[in-house]
Amino acid sequence: MAHILDERKGQVSVAGANVATIDCNKASLAGSVSQRACVFCGSRVVLYPIVDALHLIHGPIGCAAYTWDIRGSLSSGPELHRLSYCTDLQEKDVIFGGVKKLYEAITELIELHKPKAAFIYTTCIVGVIGDDVEQVCRTIEDEAKIPIIPVQAPGFQGSKKDGYKVACEAIFRLVGTKSKPETPAKSINILGDFNLAGELWILLDYYKRMGVHVNATITGDGRVDDIANAHNAALNVVQCSGSMNYLAKMMKDTYNIPSMRVSYFGIEDMSDALYDVARFFKDDEMMDKARELVKEEFAKLMPQLTWYKERLTGKKAAIYVGGAFKAISLVKALRLIGVETVIVGSQTGTEEDYDLIKKLCNEGTIILDDSNPVELSHFVKEKKADIFIGGVKERPIAHKIGLGFCDHNHERKEPLAGYEGMINFAKEIYATAMSPVWKFTK
Amino acid sequence: MLLRHTTAKEIDRKALTINPAKTCQPVGAMFAALGIHGCLPHSHGSQGCCSYHRSALSRHFREPIMAGTSSFSEGSSVFGGSANLVQAIDTMFTVYKPEVIAVHTTCLSETIGDDLTQIISKANDDGCVPEGKQVIYCNTPSYVGTHVTGYSNQVAAFVKFFSTATPKKRNVINLVAGWMEPSDMREIKRLAKVMEARTILFPDMTDVLDAPLDGHYKLYPTGGTTIEEMKLTGDSKFTIGLGQSCTEDACIKLENKCKVKFEVVDIPIGFKATDRFLMSLSRHANLPIPDSLSDERGRLIDLISDSSKYLYGKRVALWGDPDTLIPLTEFLVSMDMKPVYVVTGTPSKYFDARMAEILKDIPEAKFKSGELADMFLMHQWIKQEGVDLLIGNTYGKYIARDENVPLIRFGFPIADRPGHNYFAKTGYEGGANLVKQIMDGLLDHIDTNCLEEKVEFQL
Repeated sequence: MAHILDERKGQVSVAGANVATIDCNKASLAGSVSQRACVFCGSRVVLYPIVDALHLIHGPIGCAAYTWDIRGSLSSGPELHRLSYCTDLQEKDVIFGGVKKLYEAITELIELHKPKAAFIYTTCIVGVIGDDVEQVCRTIEDEAKIPIIPVQAPGFQGSKKDGYKVACEAIFRLVGTKSKPETPAKSINILGDFNLAGELWILLDYYKRMGVHVNATITGDGRVDDIANAHNAALNVVQCSGSMNYLAKMMKDTYNIPSMRVSYFGIEDMSDALYDVARFFKDDEMMDKARELVKEEFAKLMPQLTWYKERLTGKKAAIYVGGAFKAISLVKALRLIGVETVIVGSQTGTEEDYDLIKKLCNEGTIILDDSNPVELSHFVKEKKADIFIGGVKERPIAHKIGLGFCDHNHERKEPLAGYEGMINFAKEIYATAMSPVWKFTK
Repeated sequence: MLLRHTTAKEIDRKALTINPAKTCQPVGAMFAALGIHGCLPHSHGSQGCCSYHRSALSRHFREPIMAGTSSFSEGSSVFGGSANLVQAIDTMFTVYKPEVIAVHTTCLSETIGDDLTQIISKANDDGCVPEGKQVIYCNTPSYVGTHVTGYSNQVAAFVKFFSTATPKKRNVINLVAGWMEPSDMREIKRLAKVMEARTILFPDMTDVLDAPLDGHYKLYPTGGTTIEEMKLTGDSKFTIGLGQSCTEDACIKLENKCKVKFEVVDIPIGFKATDRFLMSLSRHANLPIPDSLSDERGRLIDLISDSSKYLYGKRVALWGDPDTLIPLTEFLVSMDMKPVYVVTGTPSKYFDARMAEILKDIPEAKFKSGELADMFLMHQWIKQEGVDLLIGNTYGKYIARDENVPLIRFGFPIADRPGHNYFAKTGYEGGANLVKQIMDGLLDHIDTNCLEEKVEFQL
């Protein structure tokens, strides 16, 4: 296994072959071309979809430029989140401190946009020069009477996963700050859906048809006032648990709101997400409506899905995504359309996630934590995969090897969640796996 | 209205940048390093920097971008990143087997004061650098300059570490490539070949960032200036730098180090800048400009004459980098268009002076470089008085949509259209490609938006 760094051998496993648990949750080896990112990145992607808040980056320009309109988190109203605001720190600010510039920038922004709240992200360098960002935020909060929330996210303090935690802490500062008197008893918060390609709106429709009130969406198409009122919901429904488990835990500890982990990818997991909510409320009518909904959607979905399955059966897929929980849903969704998963990897999976993946996958499936292009391209060839599912950095590698590719990350353009998402997913997999272009690559 | 927050009135801003027309140094260094064959760029900082730069370049070129990172932790930010970098160098040579590792710094490693000379010499002492391999570096603090500065610093580092003068001079002209697409470099190499000039182009992204798909993933694609060629640049008889902000430093370094005289010309965009480039090459290589190139020029002029009634007086807004904006603006003026707004986030007195000269007969034109020269300002200008055409990177698409103005994609990054790395904008043929794009943009807009009774078969 010359293609695997010695130090990384514990982070590679084979389903059925080795019993030992995978060695995950550790820092990347320096020099390894990791596909991972930093604390700032993690906090920024999670908070980004709060559409009526300002997001100001306190640091040099790069951190703001690279996170400007980065993910298709759609808004049904304001579009403030899609702009890029930065203090653009210069050498003189690094030497003399950037506090004055930060104060001016926030003040100018509030004057310009009269936002509901502001998130102020600190970057690596601010962590080192020691600007008292908390103090600046408190001062302006007193003056402007809106929440000014520091997001302490110097990149070096960990990986993307640590950034999720920082984001959760920032959101938690808003939770409980306002109460809407009319919040219905049977209401939920949706945590961990970011409304990529409008996926959240599909879920809102499903829950509405079941008679469930959605209180706050955190953070897809998110609103400051809804998040402030999030403590009045009866239940937190958590997707993408990697990013939002911590918020759910804090809300449980402080407001005693229970949470459940769901996934909206694939028809099994999607249906469970609806049934579990109905079960939680112990509401027969709600359950009946959920069953009706699933039945209706199945009737529309299955004939189309069968068409794809007949044609895709026997194809093999490799998955390398950010969160392991998503990988699990993908394995199941692929199986539905006849595609076998031969490689599963993630940037931020936990031991439990990987154990679950091992149980779920066929014997011989390669399981990877924090992988790199060399390893990925080696295993893809060895396992003769036809399709790669990953993010922006994996796409060109897959194409160079002559593999189909599906972006299941920030760059998805069609909703992949829910029942209609399953059809879109099947269509995307079919289009890329069966593309005639691959016949001309060798 | 995606940019509904933009006001026509210019607001007073002291500290706030909105929608930047620039990014930070390290991405430029990473990009430039990809133009050396067998070179692995390395980001000495947090993991996020490397990930962002690789993503940005991947999105733009739609090619795999490889680079290592020192993966800074809390500990490295306190005790320095020396241990991380030494380990990273060891890991990379063991696993990825590059010819050379090009380390660039970040705001973090610069602020904590890591001394790269010392760290790299420690890596050498510890035996982490195999025989015949090399680690080079450049300093690219994100809080100084922009991505253009980072590119320039990396190119200058190639000279510093590789260029060597021997007693044996060669009848070769060095061409230092500024920030452009591989297609643009391919065209420049073709022009030199047509002239039968012997040249070394560095850095060279052809066959790296436009590599053919052949079913194999190559960690180090076949293209790129080889280290052997890089060393030989010290024996060349002359250097032509293409673009002041990206190449002048490297040219000066090469003259100081190896006594190779130089001239910096604009990137050959448009016929005037292409004329100047070819004349410079002709003069210094002592070769005539062949008729076939004069014919190419003639075809471009013919195309412009056919288009001239639509080009006349069209108001254009542009943004991007100084080295491309200067010849592009000149090209537009030479076609009777009116580049009225020009913005670059890269601070450059040279840019300001050249723009003042190029735009001297267009009194309504405004331009700005450096801090607070951002897309928000550009949009405010457009709101004050509209334009007919936008030319710039993908970040202009919001303005294009809100103001219903056609956008020609040019520069970095272009994340929403493929192919820009395949079709040159340099040389006479690149000029023709640009004119065609401009005409398509303007006329498609007319066809889509004019009154129905005004739709005509012939335009």
